[in-house]
Amino acid sequence: MLGVLHYGDRGNSLALVQRSIMLPFLALAIVATACSGDGDTLTVYSGRNEELVAPLLDRFETETGIDLEVRYANSTDLAATLREEGGNTPADVFFAVDPASLGAVALEGLLLPLPEDVLRLVRPGFSDGEGRWVGTSGRSRVIAYDSRILDPAALPRDLQALTDPVWRGRLGIAPTNGSFLASVAAMILLDGEEATRTWLEGIAANRPLTYPKNSVIVAAIDEAEIEFGLVNHYYPLSRAAEVGSTHAANHFLVGGAGALVMPAGVGILEATDDVDAALTFVRFLLSEAAQRFFVTETFEYPLVAGVAQSPDLPPLESLSPPDLDLSDLAGVLDLATDLVAEAGLL
Amino acid sequence: MITASRVRGRRGSITTSAPLWMWLIAGAALVPVFVPFAAMLVRVATGGSSAVATFWSTRTAELLGNTLALTTAVVASASGIGIGAAWLTTRTQLWGRRVWTVVVALPLVIPSYVVALALRSAFGDNGLIADATGIAVPRAGGFWGAWLALTIATYPFVYLVAAAALRRIGRAQEDAARGLGASPWRVFRTIVLPQLRPSVAAGALLVALYTLSDFGAVSLMRFDAFTRVIYAQYAGRLDRTPAAVLAVVLVAVALTVLWAEERSRSRASYATPHVPSPSLSVPLTGRQTAAATAALIVLALFALGIPIAALLSWLAREGRAIIDWGAIAGSLTGATLAGAVAFVAAIPTSVLVVRHVSRRTAWLERSIYVMFALPHITVGLAVVFFASRYLGGLYQSLALMVVVYASVFFAEALGAGKAALLQVDPSLEEASRGLGRGPLATLSRVTVPLIWKGLLAGAVLVFLTTMKELPITLLLRPTGFDTLAVDVWSAADDLLYSRAAAPALLLLAVSAVPMYVLTTRTDER
Repeated sequence: MLGVLHYGDRGNSLALVQRSIMLPFLALAIVATACSGDGDTLTVYSGRNEELVAPLLDRFETETGIDLEVRYANSTDLAATLREEGGNTPADVFFAVDPASLGAVALEGLLLPLPEDVLRLVRPGFSDGEGRWVGTSGRSRVIAYDSRILDPAALPRDLQALTDPVWRGRLGIAPTNGSFLASVAAMILLDGEEATRTWLEGIAANRPLTYPKNSVIVAAIDEAEIEFGLVNHYYPLSRAAEVGSTHAANHFLVGGAGALVMPAGVGILEATDDVDAALTFVRFLLSEAAQRFFVTETFEYPLVAGVAQSPDLPPLESLSPPDLDLSDLAGVLDLATDLVAEAGLL
Repeated sequence: MITASRVRGRRGSITTSAPLWMWLIAGAALVPVFVPFAAMLVRVATGGSSAVATFWSTRTAELLGNTLALTTAVVASASGIGIGAAWLTTRTQLWGRRVWTVVVALPLVIPSYVVALALRSAFGDNGLIADATGIAVPRAGGFWGAWLALTIATYPFVYLVAAAALRRIGRAQEDAARGLGASPWRVFRTIVLPQLRPSVAAGALLVALYTLSDFGAVSLMRFDAFTRVIYAQYAGRLDRTPAAVLAVVLVAVALTVLWAEERSRSRASYATPHVPSPSLSVPLTGRQTAAATAALIVLALFALGIPIAALLSWLAREGRAIIDWGAIAGSLTGATLAGAVAFVAAIPTSVLVVRHVSRRTAWLERSIYVMFALPHITVGLAVVFFASRYLGGLYQSLALMVVVYASVFFAEALGAGKAALLQVDPSLEEASRGLGRGPLATLSRVTVPLIWKGLLAGAVLVFLTTMKELPITLLLRPTGFDTLAVDVWSAADDLLYSRAAAPALLLLAVSAVPMYVLTTRTDER
């Protein structure tokens, strides 16, 4: 009896399925037409934290009269979103904290090559090799150490020295953090997969304490939970600004992946319908005012010539970042993640 | 399954065919998830080359093993805790029984990523437990960390259905058995448990599917389940094929779980009809009472105490609480609309699934449960791809986000609606039809007034799970639209946990009200 019912209904059911698929979209389309259609706004996908950059973006709006619509999320997620959206993205500009996210979007062919005069503003080595994004501020990998108990002269000079058993149980890392993974990716590009695997095994053998974030590592140094940790250079500085003081001090590594200086950067989506406004935004981030903002508010290195860096940091020229096309980091980031997991650190 | 359908078919099916509009609404509930998902599969099948390689890699086998082990363990512990707590709060005279009814259900409102964060900060050498007691406890992580977090996050699913069933099930048999001298344990094992089986299976199904789809707990505990690896693939790899292949394997796992549940259902007996009986409580000895109370206290400590203590300690470290009214409004808007959409769609869908049993309705129901098991990151990115191409202004609109929520969580609404409708004698609806009322009039005048309470409970469940939802919200929200869950996430992601505390506590506070109503409402029955 049920079978009969089935059989008799079958002719009907295809049309039924088709109609039922279209119906909700029709209904939604009606709702949507009511709320779509923004004209003069520039849509920014920002992987940079709202609390940090919102004041800067407000200034952009007042200075240029261009309204911004900013979608905040982490850079990796925004890169994944942009890759799914492809040419249909509502975004005009991608403002990210790391070269790997920008590189992933660039590799997919979604970023517009930037004009020569924009590229020339930025120090060489801090932009995409093919000019699809530019660095807007620099952040160096460092060892943050407890200045109460450690003498910087006794600290490792490079990442390789960290596998010395003398450091067992004294180190903190943030293995899921994008900057940490990027430095592992840099090591793969510089020294090869095997050497990186060996290094990670050496680190794991030293039983580091693992933390979810760089900022927590710096807090752990103050609480004497660890003696030193691998972070980006601005974390001790921002902690000092946030809580008044910190015992964590920066120790810059020499050579190799440990000396990686990674830019936060910006690129223009090929799908933009307002290249001029998008370029205005990019130029604004490279303007003296914005560069000074990065120096004083986020404690980063300026990347535009003529803007003075913080006197509390060693000169950018004195650092020894490895010679890499930073967009290439995106290509080995998944391998870096695999290796970190393999070593038992994730 | 076929056996089950036949049994139910004889009992409750209306033999006239279902009106087309019912199918349209029920089918529409599947569209927001399945159409983008299918589009993604087509894209991968036509574009990627590594699909077969991914599938056969040892990694897939390892992930499958991990995920199945975790799901089995969570289902077992969540069922045990859920049934035990339900029995204690419905059949005994424990002190503070009414309070316990609410307390035990409350962890449902805590997102699994908050539970996991709290457990991580509570356990370990420098954790809250070590600080408070001086006892060294191991760090929470890996398999057991994920298991603990997910058990806490999911046992209320079993507890809620088991407690509702225990209140419904007539006690005559239990009283007779006890009168004949059977121990409480024997009564529980031989009489209560078999009758509970269908509802516990339904709750355990939600637990299993939730565990399959969960991302927050497994990623914070660093346990390699499908969802965590799928996310890492999306984030790190340029080729999306592996992520899509893993998502398909996960769908297969979900279908297997459904099949297992259907089999257990077909062997299950039906509950005895409700016979109002004087509620004799199971007498417990002093020691049993103490043990039972201690067990509930331990449960509450883990499931509520640790998360709330962790949040309060973060809040204390932060020293101030910013109330983000915009995020509260965003959370309430999204969750209320999702609950409402699910409520409306569940009416005809429940009728189809219960009153027009056929192979087609069985697949409709299965599909709805599969949506519940899909990792939200996969759903979210598939919708991003589809909507940004084909839906124009709908992309990143509140309307689209709400229908995706409602679809993903539709199983919760349908489950509640179905349970309510199964208790309604079909002869009432048949009489209405026999007296010349059309299907729509019968639905609105007879069926809905009889099942709306059950449907409402389902809608509240959808509301509560939407409140905690994260990946879909992050991917599909209108630009500038904030929710409390997004606040928790962005604070925990960008800065110190301390800033996550205020929105997390607000999330609990806002969710606790409907949760309280949900548990006390069902208590009245």
